[in-house]
Amino acid sequence: MKVLLNVNHVEHEIDVEPRLTLLDALRDNMRLTGVHTGCEHGVCGACTVLIDGAPARACLIFAVQADGLAIGTIEGLAPAPGELSLIQDAFCETHGMQCGYCTPGMILTAHALLRENPSPSREKIVAAISGNICRCTGYGQIIEAIELAARRLAGSNAGDAA
Amino acid sequence: MKSAPFTYCRPASVTEACALLAADEDARLIAGGQTLVPMMAMRLARPTALIDIARIPELAFVRREGDHIEIGAATRQAFAEANATVALDLPLLARALPWIGHSAIRNRGTIGGSIANADPAAEIPLVLATLGGAVVVQTPRGRERFAARDFFLGPMTTAIPADGCLVEAHFPVWTHQRIGACFTEISARHGDFAYVSAAAQVALDDNGSCVACALGVGGATAQPTQLAVDLTGARINETTAREKLSVAIETLDMMTDPHASPAYRKRAALALALRALLAARDEALAKRART
Repeated sequence: MKVLLNVNHVEHEIDVEPRLTLLDALRDNMRLTGVHTGCEHGVCGACTVLIDGAPARACLIFAVQADGLAIGTIEGLAPAPGELSLIQDAFCETHGMQCGYCTPGMILTAHALLRENPSPSREKIVAAISGNICRCTGYGQIIEAIELAARRLAGSNAGDAA
Repeated sequence: MKSAPFTYCRPASVTEACALLAADEDARLIAGGQTLVPMMAMRLARPTALIDIARIPELAFVRREGDHIEIGAATRQAFAEANATVALDLPLLARALPWIGHSAIRNRGTIGGSIANADPAAEIPLVLATLGGAVVVQTPRGRERFAARDFFLGPMTTAIPADGCLVEAHFPVWTHQRIGACFTEISARHGDFAYVSAAAQVALDDNGSCVACALGVGGATAQPTQLAVDLTGARINETTAREKLSVAIETLDMMTDPHASPAYRKRAALALALRALLAARDEALAKRART
């Protein structure tokens, strides 16, 4: 089936079997390997992408269901090649990643959170990332990273988490 | 974990979706897919065709209609969670929604999908059963309304015919001045399937006496269960409430699995139902009586 996916503001027309998940379409058909394959049944959050701006599991939606929808991946966050988004930078600075496997999902979840709520409480941050599992258990620094990003956003007057 | 092959279509209307369902007995409707897709990944479900109803415009709405609120089956859970009408008029549903999975799940999952899937541990079916709500199912023969008690038949089993599509859920609205609601559950981790869940909504008069009371438990029994406990006519006190709840819960036929025995589920159901009831009462008490 022909599917038109708008990924990071670029349209891709791909021809897929209906059973191909959005996760596999992004990784295998578009080579966007920043979206990570974890549990493949919706539990771990490693495959988090933004669908119409809201975090969703790429393993829990077939590519055909996403036809015409706006998909955001970690590759779309940085303003230019070689640069980092404000949130990505905060994750580096606070060591908000260890093995890095959960990181794209964590950052996209944080991105959506901060766009909706630029100064979330610690509880709101914890609730937001509760669906993303970090098997290194580095949650402390991940929360710090999101708090740092929120403070910088407030100071930057940027108006957008990107 | 990859699904078995299937065909996919996205009809423009419920009428068209029902006709497609009627033509293939192994076809399945999909909306949010947050349960069906993992079931397919694990090959516990192998539909020959998926009929995607997620974008049918007539299935996405929240509206007040007389003494209840009607929610379209394909309305996203996250949309209902952020909806002002739900927050104001359906406090029990508003309290239950954040317990569903995680926010990424609720961004895709739908109100009707959770009801049609009828997992015994699911939150929305428990709210519907507790409040004594109803659903509307469309088939090629027309539309039929089912009361919640006639709709949930057992684990993952409902009264929806093979060619039927759930189109609306109807949640009764209470209009009392002092209403309190609480939803709570116990599971291994937040977001996991509940071993036991409990829902309570109470209304008090100006003196603090109970004038309406709805209680239910989920996760424990084969379908979400409204508890036959009448606490109206007096102030709600813990001792009396515990006695009445114990009697009602004692009669329930509890499920068993490796995580929770029937005896555990009975104890947890009593503890959680009592906790939910008292929290709902306290919330209602905190609302000012008319002077």
